[in-house]
Amino acid sequence: MDSETVDTVVLSARRISKSFSGVQVLFSVNFDLRAGEIHALMGENGAGKSTLVKILSGFEAPTSGEILLDGKPVTLPPNGAAEALGIVIIHQEFNLAEHLTVTESLFLGREVTRFGMLDRKHMRAETRRVLDLLGSHVDENAMISSLSIADKQMVEIAKAISRDARVVFMDEPTAVLSREETSFLFRQVRKLRDQGTSFVFVSHKLDEVMELTDRVTVLRDGQWIKTSPTNMLDGESIAQLMVGRELSSLYPAKNEPDIDEEVMLSVQSLSTDYVTDASFEVRKGEILGFSGMIGSGRTELMEAVAGLRSRASGEVVIKGETVMSGDVHATNRCGLAYMTKDRKSKGLLLNSGMTANLTLQSLDRHGKLGYLSPSSEAAALERARRRFDIRVRDGSIAARRMSGGNQQKLLLAKVMETEPDVIIIDEPTRGIDVGTKQQIYHFISALARDGKSIIVVSSEMPEIIGLCTRVAVMREGRIVGMLEGDEISEQEIMRYAAGLKKKQAA
Amino acid sequence: MSVNEEAKDIRRRSWRDIDLRAVAPFAALVLLLILGALVNPNFIGLTNLANVATRSAFIAIIAVGATFVISSGDLDLSVGSMVAFVASLMIIFMNSGVIADPALMLTAAVAFAIIVGAACGLANGLITTLGRIEPFIATLGTMGIYRGLTTWLSQGGAITLREPELQALYRPAYFGSILGLPVPIAIILLVTAIAAFILYRTRYGRHVVAVGSNSDVARYSGIAVNRVRTIAFVIQGLCVAIAVLLYVPRLGSTSATTGILWELQAITAVVVGGTALKGGAGRVWGTICGAFILELVGNIMLLSNFISEYLIGAIQGSIIIIAMLVQRSLVRKS
Repeated sequence: MDSETVDTVVLSARRISKSFSGVQVLFSVNFDLRAGEIHALMGENGAGKSTLVKILSGFEAPTSGEILLDGKPVTLPPNGAAEALGIVIIHQEFNLAEHLTVTESLFLGREVTRFGMLDRKHMRAETRRVLDLLGSHVDENAMISSLSIADKQMVEIAKAISRDARVVFMDEPTAVLSREETSFLFRQVRKLRDQGTSFVFVSHKLDEVMELTDRVTVLRDGQWIKTSPTNMLDGESIAQLMVGRELSSLYPAKNEPDIDEEVMLSVQSLSTDYVTDASFEVRKGEILGFSGMIGSGRTELMEAVAGLRSRASGEVVIKGETVMSGDVHATNRCGLAYMTKDRKSKGLLLNSGMTANLTLQSLDRHGKLGYLSPSSEAAALERARRRFDIRVRDGSIAARRMSGGNQQKLLLAKVMETEPDVIIIDEPTRGIDVGTKQQIYHFISALARDGKSIIVVSSEMPEIIGLCTRVAVMREGRIVGMLEGDEISEQEIMRYAAGLKKKQAA
Repeated sequence: MSVNEEAKDIRRRSWRDIDLRAVAPFAALVLLLILGALVNPNFIGLTNLANVATRSAFIAIIAVGATFVISSGDLDLSVGSMVAFVASLMIIFMNSGVIADPALMLTAAVAFAIIVGAACGLANGLITTLGRIEPFIATLGTMGIYRGLTTWLSQGGAITLREPELQALYRPAYFGSILGLPVPIAIILLVTAIAAFILYRTRYGRHVVAVGSNSDVARYSGIAVNRVRTIAFVIQGLCVAIAVLLYVPRLGSTSATTGILWELQAITAVVVGGTALKGGAGRVWGTICGAFILELVGNIMLLSNFISEYLIGAIQGSIIIIAMLVQRSLVRKS
């Protein structure tokens, strides 16, 4: 690419401000996107990234300021109509109709016709071509509902690419992709960049930003902080710009429990439709990690342990008490709580306030004979806000209006309200910013020091390595390795997860 | 910030916190009352308004039950048929003469109606949850069953309460009054107050709203989703039974056409009252307001001479559409 195209600005924001019902979330932000660049947009949750992306793609109108497309001021049409101008957004939440096929989804709203009839053959071939470009093996005739989350993400990306976009916004596109899929995606993004397409890449994964992007813009508390070529920065300095303070160590010191501590949870040869013969134990005060590829059966296993899914065989013993298959109440009563990774569709009531969410799982603690005491609930909220540092301006805000980080803290607080002794945390920090991540790691560590037993399921290896004293690795529904002490390293976990190494779980 | 300013800030916020959707039905009610007074001075008289409220009792009480079912994300189409079925069984029971003493007989009949109503609700709930059938379809089925059984019991004619002594004893339940308040109005207020307490102030009420807004979240929070839904249907059945207890003394008779289309009026009252049809938010007092609005519109049309009362159905249909449009615009603003 020559130097001329590099300097052409395609889309730019001039002094954009935005308020939602009196609360200002963007303060006079400037942003330039050049032709043929991959531009990372970074910041903590609530820094205003998503709002800026929505304004630049026409989904929200700015309160003040202007948007320039090819140097001319424009008013972007609302509700995704900006796609006609070549501005495409890949949403964090999927926008796919479950009962359409992959091909139908890709061509939804712009079906190709021949003599007034749908040209299915052409659309199928085109879909195949785009999927092959992405290195995806998704069948173009498959129903969306039959796809895994990662495949759905691939279809979303294929959909954007197939629209000949000039500007593509990607909001956390790799959150649910495996490493292999991520590198395919990156290769394709680079190829499109070299042909002149511009990308805005919103992500919390610093290593991916370093690897993929050309320039970085950092926002903090709704203000523009810095725009700089990526190679002038390193991960540490970006993190500092985002948080605005020195990051002390991300992970707290590990605290190994005594070998003869009481066993709080014991799972013996548990099997479900997918999980086969899983056995493990957790001791008091221990943090046990569960690692593995996406789809390796970690969540299935944990849901079966928690009684949310019925098991075909095997035994779960919590603090010496055997619990029946598929009985959530019994496991809760015995002191085990499961925190879902899917906070938006399985964790929180998005339209309800913080109180209703916080106490939902523990309502019997707030009054007798089914009556709920408002003062007792208010006290619980006050306690939880202090304990988990939930920062919101307005206590009556609906959960959907909270930032991802605050939602995650609220979900953790909700699970902790049941006062469990064994806590299974599935993806403790998915889609939240560095500052909140660090806080959550410290909460987890403090809980373990208080004598709680914790299982952390995570796809982020640094998290598993930084937090856990023992790590189980799963592959295709089986526990294929149990690592301790110095064995816990990225290479070693990968060897088990990829099936290069195998040993009987301890 | 000084104390004074802080207080002002709090006051401003409490104004903003008022949910327009909750207020809208009551504002509409006030507007209707003003309109009615303009149309005919007799309208605003206490006698007329008490009459309107009394006539709205059946739909209002049934709609309170429907508020629970709809809040939990379900729908019950069978309530109109259920009224006919429960009322028919109750009259047949009273005609059977198994208990000689009229007072005892009446007490037994009341208990019998309540049990039958609860059982009908339970059947709806179990078919929907255990049978995993869409509530729309499940209750469409039971709607046909309850209606058909009523037609069969009455052999296509009417079922009439024969015992004059029982009639005399039972009459005040609809036509009497307590401290000047007609009994049906007292019952509406009592049923609504209990329902509001259950929905807003108890664990079960919170569970209903949670299940209605997102049943996955409810399940992951350890809530027995199917039990919550089934109980909501039973509450609906109980409310139908209470409506029947008022209905039977009024006419003392049922037929195959009793309660026809009442399910639609009940659903209209619930939706006009501000409860979301897709579940997750219940407004019991709004429902009562909605039932009252429906009856008022009919009354205004009767008293005014420029719209034919044969158009009542069309006007009520328009009301539900207007109510939805108003609600939607309020949501967008907030």
